[in-house]
Amino acid sequence: MPDTQVRQTVEVGYGGNERLMMNMGPQHPSSHGVFRMILTLEGETVVGVDAVIGYLHRCHEKLGETLTYVQYPSIASKTDYVAAMTSELAYVSAVEKVAKIDVPRRAQYLRVVAAELQRIASHCLWLGTWCLDMGGALGGGATVFLYCIRERELVLDRLEELTGARLLYGFHQVGGTRYDIPAGWDVKVRETVDFIERRIDEYEAMLGANAFFLARTQGVGVISRELAQAVGVSGPLIRGSGVNYDVRRAEPYSSYGDFDFVVPVETAGDCYARYRVRMVEFRQSIRIVRQALEGLPEGPISSRPGVKSVGQVRVPKGEGYARVEGARGEVGCYLVSDGGPKPYRMKWRGASFSNLAVLPHIVPGHKVADVVAIMGSVDPVFGEVDR
Amino acid sequence: MTAADASARIRETFGVEAGVDGASVTVAVPRELWAELGLFALKRLGCCYFNWLSAIDWKEQGLEVVCRVENLDAGLVVTMRTRLGPGETRCASLAGLYRGADWMERECYDMFGIRFEGHPDLRRILLSEDWEGYPLRKDYAVDTPFAPYR
Repeated sequence: MPDTQVRQTVEVGYGGNERLMMNMGPQHPSSHGVFRMILTLEGETVVGVDAVIGYLHRCHEKLGETLTYVQYPSIASKTDYVAAMTSELAYVSAVEKVAKIDVPRRAQYLRVVAAELQRIASHCLWLGTWCLDMGGALGGGATVFLYCIRERELVLDRLEELTGARLLYGFHQVGGTRYDIPAGWDVKVRETVDFIERRIDEYEAMLGANAFFLARTQGVGVISRELAQAVGVSGPLIRGSGVNYDVRRAEPYSSYGDFDFVVPVETAGDCYARYRVRMVEFRQSIRIVRQALEGLPEGPISSRPGVKSVGQVRVPKGEGYARVEGARGEVGCYLVSDGGPKPYRMKWRGASFSNLAVLPHIVPGHKVADVVAIMGSVDPVFGEVDR
Repeated sequence: MTAADASARIRETFGVEAGVDGASVTVAVPRELWAELGLFALKRLGCCYFNWLSAIDWKEQGLEVVCRVENLDAGLVVTMRTRLGPGETRCASLAGLYRGADWMERECYDMFGIRFEGHPDLRRILLSEDWEGYPLRKDYAVDTPFAPYR
């Protein structure tokens, strides 16, 4: 092709104010999953977003109808695999609610310890990957990522000692927990959280005084109080938008009423506010872990005998919705039972699904580079979005 | 606003008895009043937090739509339900009232084939556009065969 012809083609495709459709994903590194956004751009400014999800869809809700109440909890952990403890907890809580099964106090405390350790691990991964996404502005970005992953490893080690698994635990079961803590574990956990607490100071020193970090997060991706409620976002997103809503406070489950902790609320609604909320949550989780280990009651860890055969749980006809505060927000499970060994209908309320639904409302008007920062601040896990 | 107040107001307006359990109110209305109930929950009960919307397939009795909205300031939870009736797949959309209903109704359409009238952009969300059938219906077997590459 002659040189002039090439130049002409290029010039025709590069005209002034026309709109450009651009695919971001499904394999974009910043989504940390499979998520496609069809962006409509005017220059570098986003004017329209069409979010395409479903790449990880496994139809958990249908699976839940085909598996018994004993079988499903281990699958439940695969919805939000970054915070598997809370997904499992949501399901077993729903079964316990419908079947009116009590949980011994020791098991409730163990659940709290596991859930809060999970929140620390999940927030570590969020902070690391988010800073990695924002890349160059943070001196290569990988620094914070590697530090956070290092701390997350410690938490995963503790959870491995507790359950034998590092990612998908199978810790919760209907009526209690599957495992009691091993000897000396509580001492190790205390050392771990003491260590992480010091590290969080370091993260904050690294980020809070970093002009680039502030420039990329302050005033970016603002979710108003009204929008947050109308879309139904939860967790750090809604608390970053000035709504004091935390399931642990609104509807205390698993003895959360026994613990003294603060629910952080920020009013700005931008990426920085969500960052602030999560940084406080780190410390509050550590506080709760310490209190729960301190006051760990003696007694059985399950109100039901060990599971020997499937179909052992008898759930009467009825329905119920149980929710827990996961790392990303309200994780809920709605169960309808017809009295059989399997649920008649099971609905997952994934926190990431509702949180991600806010993206099309807040992204337009921002630059392409900000899309990455906004998506990271939402912290979606696509296993939970697509279920 | 307590759950008892909400229940009394619902009785006044819709003439149906609402079940109260703690801070949670459950109300079932005929299909024609669905959008009206949504508006009532939003404006009169102050439930501006949209939690989730889904459906249940009761086989020959037809589909039922369930929606949970909340008034976070008062700690009030309202679960709204409506039976569509046998073979009926049309239902009024709440997407104009609650922006969160947009994706939830799309998912519900995707999984149950419920056509939400008035929804701005009703298309499949989790499955691909050319998927056949609605997986969460009871007549859709788990091992329904499908062509692997389309």
